[in-house]
Amino acid sequence: MNRFLLPLGAFALLALVLAVGLKNAPEKGVIVSPLVGKQGPAYDMPDLHDVARRVTSNDYKGSWHLINVWGSWCEACRVEHPVLLAIQGEARLPIVGIDWRDEEADGLAWLQQRGNPYTRVGVDKESRVAIDYGVTGAPETFLVNPDGVIAYKHVGPVTPQIWREQILARLPASTQ
Amino acid sequence: MTPTRRRRLLLVLGIVAGVGIAGALALKAFRDNVTFFFDPSRVVAGEVKPGQRFRLGGMVVVGSKQNTPGTQDWRFAVTDFNSTVQVHYSGVLPDLFKENAGVVTHGRLQPDGVFLADEVLAKHDEKYMPPEVKRSLKPGDSRADVGYVVK
Amino acid sequence: MLPELGQFAMILALLLAMAQAAFGLVGPRFANSRYMGVVPFAVAGQFVFTCLALGILVAAFVNFDFSVRYVAENSNTALPLFYRIAAVWGAHEGSLLLWIFVLSLWTLAVTLRSRGLPPSFAARVLGVLGLLSMGFLLFTLATSNPFARLAPALPDGRDLNPVLQDFALAIHPPMLYTGYVGLSVAFAFACAAMIEGKLDQTWARWTRPWTTLAWAFLTAGIALGSWWAYYELGWGGFWFWDPVENASFMPWLVATALIHSLAVTDKRGLFKSWTLLLAISGFSLSLLGTFLVRSGVLVSVHSFAADPARGVFILVFLIAVIGGALVLYAWRAPLLKSQAGFELTSRESFLLFNNILLIIAAAVVFGGTMAPMLSDALGLGALSVGPQYFNPSFMLPILPLLGLLSVGMHAGWKRGNLSRSRRAILGTLALAMALALAITFGAYDYEAVLMPVGVALALWIALSALVDPVDRLRRRLSLSAGVVGMSVAHFGLAMLVLGITVVSSATTERDIALTPGQSVALGKYVFRFEGIKSLEGPNYGGVQGKVTVLHEGEAAHVLLPEKRNYWVQQSTMTEAAIGARWDRDLFVAMGEDVGKGAWSLRLQVRPMIQFVWLGAIIMMLGGITAGVDRRYRLAQEALVRKTDAGTPSVSAA
Repeated sequence: MNRFLLPLGAFALLALVLAVGLKNAPEKGVIVSPLVGKQGPAYDMPDLHDVARRVTSNDYKGSWHLINVWGSWCEACRVEHPVLLAIQGEARLPIVGIDWRDEEADGLAWLQQRGNPYTRVGVDKESRVAIDYGVTGAPETFLVNPDGVIAYKHVGPVTPQIWREQILARLPASTQ
Repeated sequence: MTPTRRRRLLLVLGIVAGVGIAGALALKAFRDNVTFFFDPSRVVAGEVKPGQRFRLGGMVVVGSKQNTPGTQDWRFAVTDFNSTVQVHYSGVLPDLFKENAGVVTHGRLQPDGVFLADEVLAKHDEKYMPPEVKRSLKPGDSRADVGYVVK
Repeated sequence: MLPELGQFAMILALLLAMAQAAFGLVGPRFANSRYMGVVPFAVAGQFVFTCLALGILVAAFVNFDFSVRYVAENSNTALPLFYRIAAVWGAHEGSLLLWIFVLSLWTLAVTLRSRGLPPSFAARVLGVLGLLSMGFLLFTLATSNPFARLAPALPDGRDLNPVLQDFALAIHPPMLYTGYVGLSVAFAFACAAMIEGKLDQTWARWTRPWTTLAWAFLTAGIALGSWWAYYELGWGGFWFWDPVENASFMPWLVATALIHSLAVTDKRGLFKSWTLLLAISGFSLSLLGTFLVRSGVLVSVHSFAADPARGVFILVFLIAVIGGALVLYAWRAPLLKSQAGFELTSRESFLLFNNILLIIAAAVVFGGTMAPMLSDALGLGALSVGPQYFNPSFMLPILPLLGLLSVGMHAGWKRGNLSRSRRAILGTLALAMALALAITFGAYDYEAVLMPVGVALALWIALSALVDPVDRLRRRLSLSAGVVGMSVAHFGLAMLVLGITVVSSATTERDIALTPGQSVALGKYVFRFEGIKSLEGPNYGGVQGKVTVLHEGEAAHVLLPEKRNYWVQQSTMTEAAIGARWDRDLFVAMGEDVGKGAWSLRLQVRPMIQFVWLGAIIMMLGGITAGVDRRYRLAQEALVRKTDAGTPSVSAA
């Protein structure tokens, strides 16, 4: 046997170990937010539908709720919209909308045209809340627990599958 | 046997002996000093040999971090949401050590059940959870997504 | 618009790399000199476009272009200019672009300096390098595009990880990569030689300077990383046997063995297949290191944000490159036979021991690094391997190596009659031992047997390294850059060993909680905590502590450690305060407020630690000096003339 094949053989074993190690490595397919598991940052935004009111992070403390970042300029938000309407229809969770980098008039018109799935909508023109939440684009959705801790974050449009497997699955049995 | 051959043979024997001794010593050092990971459940279940130095990892229980005021004697609790272990550490805690975040410590279990840590580790990089801790949480558990803190 | 141009530049670079590989490898196969003539242009073109891409990325950072996701993730309006530039290679995507840039730089250097090489050989070397460039460019474009856009653009970024906001950050990766990637040149030379079937002493002589230079940069890169960890991570250690550290240390050990093995192959035509294997292994370990750091397989302080998808790509690339090289090796190595003999006390013999011991050391590190992954793969449980294994096991082969080094420096080639040098050997040993005892018992308290042994070994090497140059100068003989470089590098090693020995055995440290006014003694020093005040910087806020260090009543140093909170990333960083002096460092890091006005502090006295950095720098300088020795350049041309005269091309002896 050609003894010079030994290095190749040894390497083959190593490659095998590396391949197995890779398979066991933690999944990082989705961008894991540093905020998940932590207290969601406090916010205080003007209400899109009522100039006199504010939308604050205290409003929904005590119950599970969703925060959804969107804008009238956002194409993917159009795709997600029917799903949000369906969620609202099932009346499981309040959805707090954040109208991000948008003119109030445009945001209002958009909701008027397509329907309003949100329980309340806050206006975030300067991205203050978006930056706090590490938002990199729209749409993004956060699931917040009664203590105000972010349980899950989804980047991109929420699909029925995401709703069932990632959001619904995290709600305790009593609210399901 | 020619002198050259004998010299070669001695050389080879010497090398083999040297490698053998080195290998044996290294293996011994390895076996003596390799530390295994145990999560709080296994610790509470009594799976750790007494006096064994091991690696304890889990989440720091909210509200459990406290010290004897004016000193650096820290106590905190580490949990895997199933069981909890009390940890006692004397020294400077790493920057990223936080409640409700992950932690990995090295040390020994005391007879009274308290884990005496000689090292507390915190990581200076992106959010991360070592496979060991993540796997001890069930799939779908949202806590698995938590940013982890390891040195 | 500009980022898209950057991406386009990378695509062009990829196409040119493909051309470089194709023409470089196919041309010689068909002895087509026109094909081979294309190669240098492909190399130059690839370099230009790679520079362009890197330049555009730097510009994006400097100009706060947060529409580029990579910039938004690693920069911020409050980030100072210097760190904005360094942030380019602060995370995965940008560091890959840096790798690609460094590779194209080395390739260009080889092209410019290949006039002394036979054209077909040079073309093959560049062809192999082209394959490597292709792999990295493909990987980057496919999985890690640094120019990916963010829509909509954020008004501000997420800031650079505070740990990385540091001067050493600017230099450590480029320096390290220069070394890491430089080993690819030796690898390419080896592959080209195997493809050609020509593996003689000339190959070794051509490869030597490139390998020595790569080694020098790798030494500096590792030392910089270690220095950075020392003062930046805030805990005073400089080597943790962390998997990522080991990933750069293993190639270094193999590269060290390689430069010595090449010397033997060059001078005496021996160890050919072994040298070949080392050349393949060195770069293979570099690639392995890249895999380990970026794939999520290993758990570490400094690994990049891990992504198994990327890991798969790198693993496939790894298998293709290393597997391919080893197949070539299995095919060609059997043809190599060395017939020359050598005595036990000859230089060849000592270099053989050098190689064996270095490879054992590399194996020790390799075993400890891979054990957790192996254990996990075999389902044996989650284990971790720490310094308690690495330190003693690593020293096992290294201590004999250090001892043999001092003797080996006096050995001549082939016969190596040591009896002539007996006086020098024993004299330097006696002097070294005497000095070691004086230092151990005089300057420090005897702690462990390691200290006098280590110091004696270090001083013995230092003295031995000086014997030959001093002797030559005295006899007014010429001193080639090669000899000077070697002596300097060995001397640097001695300084390194001296520093490591003393710091490891004589460091005093304490974690303690102090209230303002309280002090504590560490050895001959008294650390007095004065208090704290609040602090604000360009992108952080925090507190600054004040510690006065007294030596025999007199204030030796006032140290100002800091605890910073970086606003954007919401993270806390410890900035240790170091009072540096040639013979010791005073180290203070702040813990936290422990109540009752007290703060926990980490205090250390680290003797001789400057010698660690100094030793490494001297080693690098020695390597560079040896690498640029004129004889390599002259010899290349002389050998080419000889080959042209019609000597047979396949070398079997």
